[in-house]
Amino acid sequence: MLRKMHLVIGVMVIMALLLSACTVAAPAPAAETGGEAAATEAAAAEAPAAAGDVVELRMTWYNDGNEGEVMRDLLDRFEADNPDIKVVMDTVDYASGIQQTLPIQLEAGEGPDMARVTQLGIVSQYMLDLRPYLSDAAYWEQNFGPFLKWMQSSPDGNAIPGFMTQLTVTGPFINRTLFDQAGVAVPSDSSDQVTWQEWADAARAVAEATGTFAMAMDRSGHRLAGPAVSMGATYFDAEGYPALVGDQGFKDMAQLMVDWHADGTMVPDVWIGSAGSYQAAAPYFINGQLVFYMAGSWQVGNFNTNIADAFDWEAVPNPCGPAACTGMPGGAALVAINSTQHPEEVARVMEYLTSEDVLSEFYARTLFIPGHLGLAEQGVEFQAELPQTITSLNVFASEVGKLAPLAYDLQAYMFNTILFNANRDRLTQVFTGELTLDEAIQKMQDDIDAGIAGAQ
Amino acid sequence: MTAKPRQSPALPPERISLSARIGNLFYSIYAGAMTVVGWLAEPVQRAIGANRMAYFFVLPNLLIFGIFVLFPMLLNIYYSFTGGNNLFPQDRPFVGMQNYQRLFNCANLLDPATCSEDRFWRGFYNTAFFVVFQVGGMVILAMLTAVVLNRSVRGRSFFRSVFFYPVLLSPVVVALIWKWILQRDGLLNAFLVSIGMERVLFFLNANWAVFWVISISIWAQMGFYMLILLAGLQSIPKDMYEAADMDGANRWQSFRGITLPLLMPTLLVVLVLSVIRAVQVFDQVWVLTGGGPGTATVYVVQYIYETAFANQTRQFGMASAASVVLGMVLLVLTLLQLRAGRESDIA
Repeated sequence: MLRKMHLVIGVMVIMALLLSACTVAAPAPAAETGGEAAATEAAAAEAPAAAGDVVELRMTWYNDGNEGEVMRDLLDRFEADNPDIKVVMDTVDYASGIQQTLPIQLEAGEGPDMARVTQLGIVSQYMLDLRPYLSDAAYWEQNFGPFLKWMQSSPDGNAIPGFMTQLTVTGPFINRTLFDQAGVAVPSDSSDQVTWQEWADAARAVAEATGTFAMAMDRSGHRLAGPAVSMGATYFDAEGYPALVGDQGFKDMAQLMVDWHADGTMVPDVWIGSAGSYQAAAPYFINGQLVFYMAGSWQVGNFNTNIADAFDWEAVPNPCGPAACTGMPGGAALVAINSTQHPEEVARVMEYLTSEDVLSEFYARTLFIPGHLGLAEQGVEFQAELPQTITSLNVFASEVGKLAPLAYDLQAYMFNTILFNANRDRLTQVFTGELTLDEAIQKMQDDIDAGIAGAQ
Repeated sequence: MTAKPRQSPALPPERISLSARIGNLFYSIYAGAMTVVGWLAEPVQRAIGANRMAYFFVLPNLLIFGIFVLFPMLLNIYYSFTGGNNLFPQDRPFVGMQNYQRLFNCANLLDPATCSEDRFWRGFYNTAFFVVFQVGGMVILAMLTAVVLNRSVRGRSFFRSVFFYPVLLSPVVVALIWKWILQRDGLLNAFLVSIGMERVLFFLNANWAVFWVISISIWAQMGFYMLILLAGLQSIPKDMYEAADMDGANRWQSFRGITLPLLMPTLLVVLVLSVIRAVQVFDQVWVLTGGGPGTATVYVVQYIYETAFANQTRQFGMASAASVVLGMVLLVLTLLQLRAGRESDIA
């Protein structure tokens, strides 16, 4: 009896093994018979049927403020009208998820169908050109044209991989309440062109009087670039190749940063305390501990929500140097990824999201500067009541017209992430005394040369 | 009058407890699986003979080792001779020794600033410093704790648990807890300020950062090695100490003459394990300091991770070359330790 039972269970074990093996092996014939492309198409065609006629698209997303919530709301409406498509948002951390993990996923061909990215140049090789799937490509070229250039793997390309979820401009915020408490006049109230040194002097005076930190800048080479261009940095040689050794403007700004970290003007925790990655200084500003914060327009929504009217905060025009008073353009784009098996469905989602009424609502609710030329011209009715928020959005909107041409060139440069990361990490080593500024600039150049050589 | 046929009394149904039923079920599954193994093994044994069946039984484990350890290791060595930033080996150009040449391209090996890959050498020297002080400190403390807890002290079981508890925590949890304690507005600074002392920025000062990284690592891992040493101590026969006591040996002489020599094999295991683990230090420090301030707590594994994955150009070849160098260093260290252990056995 017992022997018979063992026999039955043995047969069951074998059946279970066979069943699991068959489940895994099922897609193999398609790949063998039709080659990789055919297999992909076959899988794409069969997938909806297998999943009950619903195509699931994955969207990798990150949040600065409430944009994830707004996007989900818009997608819910899309799904209600398009029951054959379901969009799953995978919300990740910006530094580890978007900057570090996503490129590896894309390289491995395991990327999502869509992703919200900022390092547009270096990720462009993984973007899908949506033109064959769009019903009106001209609409995209007309409204997103200048920004599409940032998403090309070759400078003369005309691909349409996605759209800007936000156009950003870097620039500073101040805590006006602290200025008032310290009895120090806000420099930009009396002058259109306040230098970086004047802002530093004023912020130090406020910080000393109120027991707060004077200044902070996000730990990012991109954030440093605007001030450096203002100080006369050229970044590129005559052939358009990055050249930092001998760039006096860049060295001048770097020296200011070194001095400000040495004398305690800058919050040391942001650059010195965070090795190897991007770090925002927003928490110090939100907590009312910071007088002057160099960040950018994407923080307006965050401050609108998390500071609200707890104190008077506002954006101020970019400080000046001898060469300019500029910030850096930038932004995040939602792009289609070329490993998707559902390009048509991705295009449908993209067309919905870029329709004027939907995108206008997105910008209005997230308080992002429109990356859609038509909407920028018409104006967006931002859903904000706080005067601080409205003032700040207007300041950033007016900064767009003041950006230096070099700032646009830097943003469009395909390997700008390599350049910015080298600036960030090597400059930190000067702050800690590991390198002199000259050594650091030479190391930046070496890192950039090695990085570009490796990427080409 | 007819006699009624006698009925035998009905037997009560056999009662089988739930635990016995579960036991039977598991036994049946086990026996079923063994039956299947028997079906597979018998023809194999007929084909290759009973003497070679050992190979058949270690084959699954060898396959797992080959797929998940040996193959990635060989692939890693191959990657170290390739360039570019493509992920798949077929897309990567062969560059020979180029990565190793760049790694060792230094005007002065003792000054990382003069090296092309200065972050590797900073990580290398930081790791060497970490290994010496973390392993040294931890083994001494684990030994002391084990010796004390091997004696019949009050609350011995409680203290054993207390020292072992941090081992159960994930390195990330350990790092987050200590970060919360040590940061600018952390628990320790709140305490220092409350007693009228100055706030200390532990993560912005290189010496403090290194001190805490080593201390926290010792705290988190010491219990594990203490337990191994405790097991070693308990295996030493008591009568040896009694004999030494009768001969008039004091405690230090007993420790030096009996405990230390007899504990040497266990100590060697502890040393090998702790050195390997110390060289691989990454996750805890990555969460705690991120490698900062500057590069004060950047270790070799962090350099490898950042070079391969965190930097936008993803230099897999360079990262692989660095990991091969790290592997060689570990191999040499382990061989030296084993040799030292063998010599002490002979002595």
